[in-house]
Amino acid sequence: MSTERDSETTFDEDSQPNDEVVPYSDDETEDELDDQGSTVEPEQNRVNREAEENQEPFRKECTWQVKANDRKYHGQPHFMNTKFFCIKKSKYANNAIKTYKYNALTFIPMNLFEQFKRSANIYFLVLLILQAIPQISTLAWYTTLVPLLLVLGVTAIKDLVDDVARHKMDKEINNRTCEVIKDGRFKVAKWKDIQVGDVIRLKKNDFVPADILLLSSSEPNSLCYVETAELDGETNLKFKMSLEITDQYLQREDTLATFDGLVECEEPNNRLDKFTGTLFWRNTSFPLDADKILLRGCVIRNTDFCHGLVIFAGADTKIMKNSGKTRFKRTKIDYLMNYMVYTIFVVLSLLSAGLAIGHAYWEAQVGNYSWYLYDGEDFTPSYRGFLNFWGYIIVLNTMVPISLYVSVEVIRLGQSHFINWDLQMYYAEKDTPAKARTTTLNEQLGQIHYIFSDKTGTLTQNIMTFKKCCINGQIYGDHRDASQHNHNKIEQVDFSWNTYADGKLAFYDHYLIEQIQSGKEPEVRQFFFLLAVCHTVMVDRIDGQLNYQAASPDEGALVNAARNFGFAFLARTQNTITISELGTERTYNVLAILDFNSDRKRMSIIVRTPEGNIRLYCKGADTVIYERLHRMNPTKQETQDALDLLGATAIEDKLQDGVPETISKLAKADIKIWVLTGDKKETAENIGFACELLTEDTTICYGEDINSLLHARMENQRNRGGVYAKFAPPVQERFFPPGGNRALIITGSWLNEILLEKKTKRSKILKLKFPRTEEERRMRTQSKRRLEAKKEQQQKNFVDLACECSAVICCRVTPKQKAMVVDLVKRYKKAITLAIGDGANDVNMIKTAHIGVGISGQEGMQAVMSSDYSFAQFRYLQRLLLVHGRWSYIRMCKFLRYFFYKNFAFTLVHFWYSFFNGYSAQTAYEDWFITLYNVLYSSLPVLLMGLLDQDVSDKLSLRFPGLYIVGQRDLLFNYKRFFVSLLHGVLTSMILFFIPLGAYLQTVGQDGEAPSDYQSFAVTIASALVITVNFQIGLDTSYWTFVNAFSIFGSIALYFGIMFDFHSAGIHVLFPSIFQFTGTASNALRQPYIWLTIILTVAVCLLPVVAIRFLSMTIWPSESDKVYRI
Amino acid sequence: MAMNYNAKDEVDGGPPCAPGGTAKTRRPDNTAFKQQRLPAWQPILTAGTVLPIFFIIGLIFIPIGIGIFVTSNNIREIENPSKECEPYRRNEDKPIAPCGAIANSMFNDTLELFLIGNDSYPVPIALKKKGIAWWTDKNVKFRNPPGGDNLEERFKGTTKPVNWLKPVYMLDSDPDNNGFINEDFIVWMRTAALPTFRKLYRLIERKSDLHPTLPAGRYSLNITYNYPVHYFDGRKRMILSTISWMGGKNPFLGIAYIAVGSISFLLGVVLLVINHKYRNSSNTADITI
Repeated sequence: MSTERDSETTFDEDSQPNDEVVPYSDDETEDELDDQGSTVEPEQNRVNREAEENQEPFRKECTWQVKANDRKYHGQPHFMNTKFFCIKKSKYANNAIKTYKYNALTFIPMNLFEQFKRSANIYFLVLLILQAIPQISTLAWYTTLVPLLLVLGVTAIKDLVDDVARHKMDKEINNRTCEVIKDGRFKVAKWKDIQVGDVIRLKKNDFVPADILLLSSSEPNSLCYVETAELDGETNLKFKMSLEITDQYLQREDTLATFDGLVECEEPNNRLDKFTGTLFWRNTSFPLDADKILLRGCVIRNTDFCHGLVIFAGADTKIMKNSGKTRFKRTKIDYLMNYMVYTIFVVLSLLSAGLAIGHAYWEAQVGNYSWYLYDGEDFTPSYRGFLNFWGYIIVLNTMVPISLYVSVEVIRLGQSHFINWDLQMYYAEKDTPAKARTTTLNEQLGQIHYIFSDKTGTLTQNIMTFKKCCINGQIYGDHRDASQHNHNKIEQVDFSWNTYADGKLAFYDHYLIEQIQSGKEPEVRQFFFLLAVCHTVMVDRIDGQLNYQAASPDEGALVNAARNFGFAFLARTQNTITISELGTERTYNVLAILDFNSDRKRMSIIVRTPEGNIRLYCKGADTVIYERLHRMNPTKQETQDALDLLGATAIEDKLQDGVPETISKLAKADIKIWVLTGDKKETAENIGFACELLTEDTTICYGEDINSLLHARMENQRNRGGVYAKFAPPVQERFFPPGGNRALIITGSWLNEILLEKKTKRSKILKLKFPRTEEERRMRTQSKRRLEAKKEQQQKNFVDLACECSAVICCRVTPKQKAMVVDLVKRYKKAITLAIGDGANDVNMIKTAHIGVGISGQEGMQAVMSSDYSFAQFRYLQRLLLVHGRWSYIRMCKFLRYFFYKNFAFTLVHFWYSFFNGYSAQTAYEDWFITLYNVLYSSLPVLLMGLLDQDVSDKLSLRFPGLYIVGQRDLLFNYKRFFVSLLHGVLTSMILFFIPLGAYLQTVGQDGEAPSDYQSFAVTIASALVITVNFQIGLDTSYWTFVNAFSIFGSIALYFGIMFDFHSAGIHVLFPSIFQFTGTASNALRQPYIWLTIILTVAVCLLPVVAIRFLSMTIWPSESDKVYRI
Repeated sequence: MAMNYNAKDEVDGGPPCAPGGTAKTRRPDNTAFKQQRLPAWQPILTAGTVLPIFFIIGLIFIPIGIGIFVTSNNIREIENPSKECEPYRRNEDKPIAPCGAIANSMFNDTLELFLIGNDSYPVPIALKKKGIAWWTDKNVKFRNPPGGDNLEERFKGTTKPVNWLKPVYMLDSDPDNNGFINEDFIVWMRTAALPTFRKLYRLIERKSDLHPTLPAGRYSLNITYNYPVHYFDGRKRMILSTISWMGGKNPFLGIAYIAVGSISFLLGVVLLVINHKYRNSSNTADITI
């Protein structure tokens, strides 16, 4: 028992969570997150986790040896890996990259292999093989082969185009050049010829061709600046620094050529920020770390040239090790569609089995006694029935739509292009169009229930502007003149006295300028001096103008403000920093820099002034600075103990345009919006009000409120629980009385408290102790299970509670927590989620959500890289969801419904016919018609509808967000709709068969010649079918463009054209055995009687549809019908 | 995914410090197609469009139906129910011409029609053997094997189908109606769609407009029974029928047209009533958004 109590107490102990702090840094929680959700784990979650686990563990073993300027060294036998049986290959990859999949020889086999991984294609291949068995087949070999080839061909062409593009790119990249030492001299070599151990020279703005160890650079202190935008999306410059010894001795060509150092390091891995190794040179060993490594994909900046030693080349480089882990997200409709195809399989097998039994029975009753049916085979009726089962599987195979998947792909691709092309999602200011990076999720955009949004850079512009400051208790930044009088209208402060001012800062407090210039209060100058000196901003000069590159926008804003107020940061070397203080340039020695990170939330710098004074400057979050003012605590932060407060800054980050409108539109579409931000509670709340997520009449609940609510609920559930708990249906009680507008604001630490996600270090230590007895072990697993159940219940309760609120704001949350919240809603609400964010801290949640949207903003491209859709402004989200999402959903649903309908209407005619042919698997159509029906006669109109249809225009879609609800509720495509479509198909097939049957039963033709022959009958049904399904798609199309009209009438015309060709005398003479229907079309369609039959059949098929549509529109009009009528 | 290496990115990424001097933007084209603004007609099932369809179809279908029905009724048929036939015999092995089960089971009863006039001698009615098959079948699909004039020579080395009485080159004396291009054979080879079927046997041509084709009187039918249907419970009929523009007699289509037309008309009325009833409410209906 003691163990159980111990582990439980870890949850119950502890005081209230602190709202102010971000609960923990990310690294610590990784394993905890992995622990959760082992019971019910959605697919997506698992995929994500696998991706995380794939991060190769960081290994300390240094088995990777690289010898400089010694290519032979790497070809030694013990570096060889056996590839196939005896072909050995060096473990060192060369630097040629290969992102393409196929070459000219392998394309056909490899691509076919890829395509046959799909079960649908395998199915049709099996059918093809079945058809080759003469006892079974009643269909010609080409009926399945031609459509299959077409489907495979379309996909293959798509793959080919992609691969050709990759080939071109690879070639372009592999043929880039750089300078490599060869035979003692630098020679220009292509990237693909670079090998591990080569010493190379890179110049300014060169791409780094491989992962290299920086040996020396042209800059002082062996610095080398790189831009890592390709790797992590961060656009600010980072510096790398080589070992002092290599920088000192390896500057000249001749010394580089004789460099013979040996590097031992870890094997290639995908950790971008980790590297350990040792350089052995001149009988000394030097430790190496990630700071000395330039990674492939970086660009050299601000450095004239640098030299490096290739450590990892080509496929071994970290960027390549990170590629290729593409996750597959699939949509709800995908899953539904698969289940429906399985359903159809079952129906197909049952039908075939039923007909096979019918055949066996018929053989026994009739067939055995009919001399004219003697076929020379001595089969028993049951064996004939068995053969006929397979025969019917073949004949009825078109129930499973062969071209379904490829058509769905084409439609989605088209819809993605429409998103890319949308001018109204194009942000001209940054020349950024919207981009559908994943082309398989479009219709899911029409089904979103929950949006999880980042705040900074997503809702706001992430353009920081210096607004106010407080120095020495005096607040600056209001509108006032130099003598401290407030004015409502006052012109901007004129910064022209300052040569370094950029003229972009709008500031209205003339008194501050007065203070700076007069120097009455030394703190004011000190304050701006701090801003100018305490940062990690990089500077370069473009046309003589200072250009700052900051790691974060707020740091840039502060340095820029200082520059405008006369304290311009001019230059930085490794040990010095140069500032222009109101015109006088002074250089300070930097003794130490403690960089900012999200744990410490502050940065500090120690400088020595030219006069020799040593000062420490520190800036950071209010809470952490406040703790350190005039307080003594004997911890390791000794140097920061007694700080004097200089002042505080206020920085403004404006909301993006149209954010409140977008949020209210989306709210009207019944989409719940959760804001997840790392900001503090007050900021988050303010933003909530600013973007109208919160209003005056919103009741705001905080962490403690809901914690007590949840506790009460848990108690309740526990009391009610016991033996019956499992059997009693879960009662859905509300946490809040209905009505009223509620919002939830919860901090990361409360989130952990509530979700029992607290760090359980103690229980982990306990776990380490090996359980001694069997009893103990059982107890432990039991308690663990109980704990898990409790946690799950608590999580579920929390999600239920949160979903009762109209808005949820989570603040002070870590990236992991963001992902966790998304996952909770995904798991317990079974709702479609969308996460939108712009920064690296949103990547987790973007990947976790069903759909991830990246805002290409100020914070690099990392969010965009991992997103499914990207655009530049939050307000485009409403167009993406309400217009593109809704359209895509409606189109896809209509498409699928029609597709199943048309295949059933087509195929089941065989079924009805079987009752009149002794269940002999005789087809009701000509083989060529079966071959071409799906690919030619009925495919284009439905494809075009899937691409172009609009029930209401985009403007109306946006004006009436309520139209969005159909998708959320799965109203347009679900099992009911599916069965209705099937039923429609079944009924149509009945009409298609029985009306011609009635008409043919006892007739003769115009000339007395028999029109009731099989071939005329087949042509009659086929013609009626083609006209019916094409008119039906016409009825289903609500947006008739000329292409739609053209395709519908074109398909019908194509059918008649091809039929007359295939039935012509000429083609029969050429291929007598393939074209057997010679003369049928001309003979049959010459007869008015057959035309009358066709017209009647089509009319009977379509009139009820028109009547039912009209009735339902009159009596139960849908929302879009109503909107359209206005 | 985050780090999905894409060679293209490396190329596009270009040196950012020198943004391409050209004014080439990534602005999407403002075309009607790309902006999904193609001119379109949005048909909507309103009372104005739907109801007339039903009435028009009713008005068109009913007269068509009546027309077909009347025509069909004017077609006169005389039936002669068949009787039991004798069983079939086997034959020796040799390449069979024509081969196949359908050919083997070719109908080989012969029917002769006689007018029993006032004289005691019955007058045979001329039954036309040619012109009963499709032109394409006779001239394209079915050809005799190449060779000399003698058809028997051309079919040398083959044997007749097991169930046939005569070899294929002895189906008729007329060389243009013998062998594979024998029209009886061709008609048989055009398989029927349904288990109960009719096939054209002979034509009785009208000699002149003044005389009826078959003048009133007593006729006798002489049947040579060759074709066995006893084993599978089959039945044979001989039907004498006139034909019209719509072929032989068949009441189904006419009745179906009348029925569909009437239902359509009725549906039109019902929908009109319903529409009238709901029109007011739907016009004032608010959109609950």
